[in-house]
Amino acid sequence: MTTQSSLLPIIALLPFLGALVPGIMIRAGRTATATFTAVPTVLALVMLGTLAPGVMEGTVYTMSIPWLPQMGLEVAFFLDGLGLMFACMILGVGLLITLYARYYLSGEDPVGQFYTYLLLFQGAMLGIVISDNILLLLIFWELTSLSSFLLIGYWKHLPEGRQGARMALTVTGAGGLAMIGGMLILGNIAGSYNLTDILAAGDAIKASDWYTPAVILILLGAFTKSAQFPFHFWLPHAMAAPTPVSAYLHSATMVKAGVFLMARMWPALSGTELWFYAVATTGLVTMVIAAVIALFKDDLKGLLAFSTVSHLGLLTMLLGFGTEAAAIAAVFHILNHLTFKAALFMTAGIIDHEAHTRDIKRLGGLAKLMPITAVIGTVAALSMAGIPLFNGFLSKEMMLEEASHTYWWENPWIVPALATFGALFSVAYSLRFIFHVFGGPVRDDYPHKPHDPPAGMWLSPAFLCIFVVLIGIAPFLAEDVVNMAATAVAGHETHAHLKIWHGVTPALYMSIAAVAGGAVLLLLHRPLDAAWIKAGPFYAKAVFDAVIAGCVRLSRAISDTLHDGSISRYLAIFTAATVAVGYAAFLRGEIAPATRDLLPIPPVVAVGWVLLVCATAVIVMQHHMRYRALVVLGVIGLMISAGFIYISAPDLALTQISVETVTIMLLLLALHFLPKTTPQENTAGRRALDGVIAVAAGVGVAALSFAFMTRDFSSISDFHLANSYKGGGGTNVVNVILVDFRGYDTYGEIIVLGIAGLVIFALMEALLSGPAGARLRNSGYNFDRSHDRHPLMMVIATRVMMPIALMVGVYIFLRGHNQPGGGFVAGLVFSIALLMQYMASGFGWTSRRQQFEYHAMIGWGVVIAGLTGMGAWLSGTPFLTSAFGYVHLPPIEEFELATAALFDLGVFLCVLGAVMLMLYSLSRMARHAGETVNPEPMDYDPSRPRKMVEKGKA
Amino acid sequence: MELLVASAIGVLTAGGVYLILRLRAFPVILGLSLLSYAVNIFLVSTGRLAINAPPILNKYADVPYTDPLPQALVLTAIVISFGMTAVLVMFALGAYLEAGDDSIDMKDAEEKDDAA
Repeated sequence: MTTQSSLLPIIALLPFLGALVPGIMIRAGRTATATFTAVPTVLALVMLGTLAPGVMEGTVYTMSIPWLPQMGLEVAFFLDGLGLMFACMILGVGLLITLYARYYLSGEDPVGQFYTYLLLFQGAMLGIVISDNILLLLIFWELTSLSSFLLIGYWKHLPEGRQGARMALTVTGAGGLAMIGGMLILGNIAGSYNLTDILAAGDAIKASDWYTPAVILILLGAFTKSAQFPFHFWLPHAMAAPTPVSAYLHSATMVKAGVFLMARMWPALSGTELWFYAVATTGLVTMVIAAVIALFKDDLKGLLAFSTVSHLGLLTMLLGFGTEAAAIAAVFHILNHLTFKAALFMTAGIIDHEAHTRDIKRLGGLAKLMPITAVIGTVAALSMAGIPLFNGFLSKEMMLEEASHTYWWENPWIVPALATFGALFSVAYSLRFIFHVFGGPVRDDYPHKPHDPPAGMWLSPAFLCIFVVLIGIAPFLAEDVVNMAATAVAGHETHAHLKIWHGVTPALYMSIAAVAGGAVLLLLHRPLDAAWIKAGPFYAKAVFDAVIAGCVRLSRAISDTLHDGSISRYLAIFTAATVAVGYAAFLRGEIAPATRDLLPIPPVVAVGWVLLVCATAVIVMQHHMRYRALVVLGVIGLMISAGFIYISAPDLALTQISVETVTIMLLLLALHFLPKTTPQENTAGRRALDGVIAVAAGVGVAALSFAFMTRDFSSISDFHLANSYKGGGGTNVVNVILVDFRGYDTYGEIIVLGIAGLVIFALMEALLSGPAGARLRNSGYNFDRSHDRHPLMMVIATRVMMPIALMVGVYIFLRGHNQPGGGFVAGLVFSIALLMQYMASGFGWTSRRQQFEYHAMIGWGVVIAGLTGMGAWLSGTPFLTSAFGYVHLPPIEEFELATAALFDLGVFLCVLGAVMLMLYSLSRMARHAGETVNPEPMDYDPSRPRKMVEKGKA
Repeated sequence: MELLVASAIGVLTAGGVYLILRLRAFPVILGLSLLSYAVNIFLVSTGRLAINAPPILNKYADVPYTDPLPQALVLTAIVISFGMTAVLVMFALGAYLEAGDDSIDMKDAEEKDDAA
């Protein structure tokens, strides 16, 4: 039992795994791709086959794996009769479609994509029918909407295909949203999101105040999916899909999902007045309207589409009746409809494929040209019409029987009359399919001379026709399956006896009336059709398009008003709103009394503060002069570094001062290419307003931080202080936090920094190859350059400095674990040392003398840090747990070896690589702008007087 | 001392906010730099101020330490804000070279061109 249940998630997963294969197999050709698509389907069918005997005996297999237990979401599957029947239908027809599509699609179509989409869709459908958890079911439900979108729009070059796919997605997606709401309500009422619990809580659900909204929302989902009036219009437009898709989606799967859901929820929701009037009425209306429209459709697939809508209406109506016999009829008709409708769609596809048209008015006489197809089509269409000895007759009789004694608003005849009327049109369009396509004389104006297709194409529909006839003649064969599924729908065991002859019943009279009337209607088709065309039928698509256009206009109006493209406006609103919200929170809250004494202010600090405030003021006042503002920015950075030292943050001071250096260099380089001044564009009023916002924000933040600093707090840092040396092996707690306690954060951060470096490189690459590159080449950026760009003094000084700077970097790196320093700072110091060389001797000379690839350096940094972290797994500890030990090597003093140092090496490499890559990118820009590359380290080299003379000549 | 730090944060924030409301990319970058300074100091100050108490463990004496956690967070924040500034500078450069000016707002004329 348990082992068998564990097959369920495998069955659900198989199609998704299989979906990966066709994309890989496509080079091996269509046949290989189709074969490999069939593999997961066959496997899943075999697994279902092993479970089938148990289900037949009434066992319900369940399997549940917690996923998000806090939300009530479990990966829970269960398989009962209904689920098994649907699963077999989905997989079985899927298999036939796989075969059929192999021959239907041409070599020019991307077949790999097709099969991938098909398997995705199949997996989603399968998930719906075997889900036990309704949240999981919703996920699969949305997946069917998405994957059917891909399938319907498979022929991307056809505008009808794209529009049809979009419409299907919009309608079914919107219904899906409604259904999410309904399901959540249902789960709340039942107190569980598991279907098995919900179905058992039917009485509580029906008694609940929330029953009505839940039913309406769930029905919206089911009706949109099953194309019930007035949401039926997406289905005919989805006919733009390749025929295998239509055959699959509209016979066995997609549209049956809505019916399946109603059947699934039947024990919990049905049997109330609301259910009857909502479901049965919708079904009845849909059945009649769609049957009428179908008769006047000239497109074969259009006819079948509306017939499908009509039959879905029939099923919906049966489920709406709420009686057990009706439920049995519904289950039986689901099965029958699948067999004849899939066969008919495939027949239509064959005709389209061979005659190159699906227009009934251009066809006729095909019986003589393609006899096999004609037999298949005729058998299936007779079943659709409900002619005795075909399976469609049986379920249609059962439907008419149920309709004949159904009262609608105390009216005994309206349901039977309308049902007969619908059946009458159903007979008419089925006969039209037969006589106007296969009957009549052979014509000589087909777009393409038709003949029977290869066996691969007609085998699938022929196989289905066997069932059509077999069940039609010997209905008891289907009894077990129908009872199995109907038991699951009704919630208790059913004993349906399917037989052809029920005696002379009202249903028989209704059936005879329908067949006779249908035949008459077909004879009158020509004048009726003319009248229909003259009346100008109403197109729901126009309404849909108008609604969509209205929505687009509305949202565009809203977003145009809110997003007018002025970033400064957004920022102003954002800042002002944040300040206002903060102020409101402050007014409504309470503030605890200050508990900390203020620290004294030493004079040096006061001087630094004055410098910082003045520098900020200068930047704000003088920001139009960009160089000036940039230089003054350095003052602020310097003051902050000093301040960090004062407030006991030596690591921060080191980092700040080295970042400051690199940032200013970067901005200077960039400013070379930007305008040197900012024009005054704002009005005085706007500036004043901005000033007010800025001051308000500043005062707010200052007050907040002052309030923070004057109150005590508790922190988790005591743990870090206590364990830094014991657990992390370092006395610099900040560094131990970075490489050990919060190593994962650091790991993420070096990756971010590395990505920033790569982004800049990639942006520059794109920029230089575009119009901006051309603009750069034609610019006059280098007219005013100095004649001594690489001065002797600087070259010599930086060369002397280089080893010292690197030494400092190494020192800072090594002491990092125990004293201020570490990978971040060391990386920055190293890059400054290298940058000095670039500045002094130019780009070309320097880059020829250093052999490292910066991209690789970033990569190695991330890899080393990651591997160090993973090393912890070897000792069975979590990612990034550090290990350390003390080594004594005479004559050196005892020293420490820690894996954290390796991690820090990764940090170091990543920082160095990213910083250098950024500056390298900017300097490429300079070269692009016509900067010459100097091969010599300095412009004026006193040790080579000859060179200078040559230069002077030139 | 707290008053000085708080007012410095306030001044930097005000200056930063004023500059990011300008219309050109360069002052906006300057403004973001000022805001980064302000945010970093603010974060460090949430660990409260302590003089002469660096979080470097002293093996020989029992001395007070300041809160190391905000410092560790700010250390990476400083480096990341450098990365962010660099990317922004690159955007500004690209926009300037492609569009011919470094204005940050979309202009009505351009919007109409896009729509047409």
